[in-house]
Amino acid sequence: MANVLVVAETRGGELRSVALEVVTAARKAADASGGGEVHALVFGAPGTGAAVQDSLGRHGADLVVAVESAGLEHYDAESLAATTAERLRSGGYRAGFFAASAQGRDLAPRVAAALGVSLASDVTALELSGDALVVQHPVYVGKAIATLRLTGTPALASIRPGAVTAAEAARTPRLETAPPASDPASSRVRVREMLARGDAKLDLGEAPVIVAGGRGLRAAENFRLVEELAAAFGNAAVGATRAVTDDGWRPATDQIGQTGRMVNPNLYVAVGISGAIQHLAGMRTSGTIVAINRDKDAPIFKLADYGIVGDLFEIVPRLTEEIRKARSGG
Amino acid sequence: MKIAVCIKRVPDTEMRFAIAGDGKSLDQAGLKYDISDFDGYAVEVALRLTEKDGGEVAVICLGPDGVQETIRKAFSMGAARGVQLKADTVPFDGSAIAHALAAELRDGGYDLILFGRQSADAGNGTVGPMTAHLLGLPCVTAISHLELADGRGTAHRELEGSAESVEFPIPAVLTIDEGIARPRLPSLKGIMAAKKKTIDVRPAQLGEERLTVQSMALPPERAAGRIVGEGPDAVPELVRLLKTEAKVL
Ligand SMILES: Cc1cc2nc3c(=O)[nH]c(=O)nc-3n(C[C@H](O)[C@H](O)[C@H](O)COP(=O)(O)OP(=O)(O)OC[C@H]3O[C@@H](n4cnc5c(N)ncnc54)[C@H](O)[C@@H]3O)c2cc1C
Repeated sequence: MANVLVVAETRGGELRSVALEVVTAARKAADASGGGEVHALVFGAPGTGAAVQDSLGRHGADLVVAVESAGLEHYDAESLAATTAERLRSGGYRAGFFAASAQGRDLAPRVAAALGVSLASDVTALELSGDALVVQHPVYVGKAIATLRLTGTPALASIRPGAVTAAEAARTPRLETAPPASDPASSRVRVREMLARGDAKLDLGEAPVIVAGGRGLRAAENFRLVEELAAAFGNAAVGATRAVTDDGWRPATDQIGQTGRMVNPNLYVAVGISGAIQHLAGMRTSGTIVAINRDKDAPIFKLADYGIVGDLFEIVPRLTEEIRKARSGG
Repeated sequence: MKIAVCIKRVPDTEMRFAIAGDGKSLDQAGLKYDISDFDGYAVEVALRLTEKDGGEVAVICLGPDGVQETIRKAFSMGAARGVQLKADTVPFDGSAIAHALAAELRDGGYDLILFGRQSADAGNGTVGPMTAHLLGLPCVTAISHLELADGRGTAHRELEGSAESVEFPIPAVLTIDEGIARPRLPSLKGIMAAKKKTIDVRPAQLGEERLTVQSMALPPERAAGRIVGEGPDAVPELVRLLKTEAKVL
């Protein structure tokens, strides 16, 4: 019997998809331990808890603990860390799970330090086993996978976005409210403003399909081809290599790879990308990989499930057309 | 401005890797080491700040004597001081490392303590915020932009499709994302000067290790892919395969 606490991440009052993945992982861990409870901690402006209660319950939460305050509309690291640590300390939890998202990767180590425990970070699989939490974690930018053993209670882990598939496990969760353990108004680090980033299409971390472009596109305006292909898929985000973001053809936030975003969509289409190890580090776990490159010896073809050799300026428009047809049932 | 940068020595990830006989570490044969990528950015950020406003950059690196090479690389970029926290091996557990760094940094009188966003080997990204907590300092992670004025700082953090601008008091701990500053190449003058600098060596006061490596494996090979064809005429076949074989349409 192990009770597990999760921090269910919200943005703008809505659950992020990683929140459901983490709840799913906690449900599995609790069930495997002989049936503990899953408690989901939610932070936000007043009303957030009630708004996300059903969705968390559908994925296996037994209790939703809503910590609501106008000052928590945006992520406040110090207040969230103090509140999460306090709940873990006083609630007798066996484990605490976070998403290894930008927010979770900031929050989880603070909570671990506050509790004087260690943290398994960015894990792709996890299992409570006796007095340990055993996890898988990619190391050396994905070139090896480590199996790690974490001892101590609570066992804290952050889970890589996309590593767990959100699944339903219907519950009717109780809703409880709790005050923040520290007032966000007294936090030393303050969010001054949210900055606009693009037109907030699908985020790379959540898109089922990614169309990524490389230096082979030759100029910023040619990314129109990539965008049109993404639009044809309907559910695709646009990514880029560092060569492209360095040249300012795309914003730095589009960069995929070792020093950019780590992604694992169902389908990754690499257009005019050579396949440098630093780029592969960010996308090698994608479900299906397609490469379009005029150099038949480009390293990307070693990783790609399907490749077309040739001029992207001829191939991509044709592919856009065929995908449109296929999706309209043609 | 007095700035400390905590740097890590990691295997060059461009190398071909093999797992050692113990089944839980890398085969050392032929491995080359270098400063971890984000830590290089952090050194660059520190150097630019002190070049602009005056001050001194110290680098701190935990590990066996091999890390002295990494410290000298930072010297050759322009770091003034270097400390080796000597340990036979570098623990995998970020909290054990943070303990040793906090002990070294506590009375150092630093205005800023910088880390890379995460290391290129373990990839945990935990040491910076854990060290900040142990030191009781404010911490901002994964920053892509930084400005300092009048004892306060402003930083940007990328948040998956969004970003925020945050304000913090100094002293503070910051972890550095890409996009702030590409590290400079060591100058010849820097390399010469680096040879003459001394490195302070002290034993690392590591914390308890509760996260340990049980085994390590290479990732499963992807099944060999295939070239569907050449030129736009191959597109219909590709779409057919995506639909019927990969089932992603
Ligand atoms: C520390 C470090 C970190 C890094 N981090 C990252 C990272 O996070 N992400 C990243 O992407 N890179 C990263 N890099 C850079 C990486 O090493 C490569 O330089 C980069 O990925 C190359 O981008 P590219 O494939 O777009 O360009 P190139 O390597 O120049 O490849 C362009 C490709 O386009 C093909 N091409 C050209 N014209 C056509 C055409 N008409 N039709 C079809 N194909 C065509 C060419 O055959 C070639 O294969 C990093 C490097 C370092 C040193």
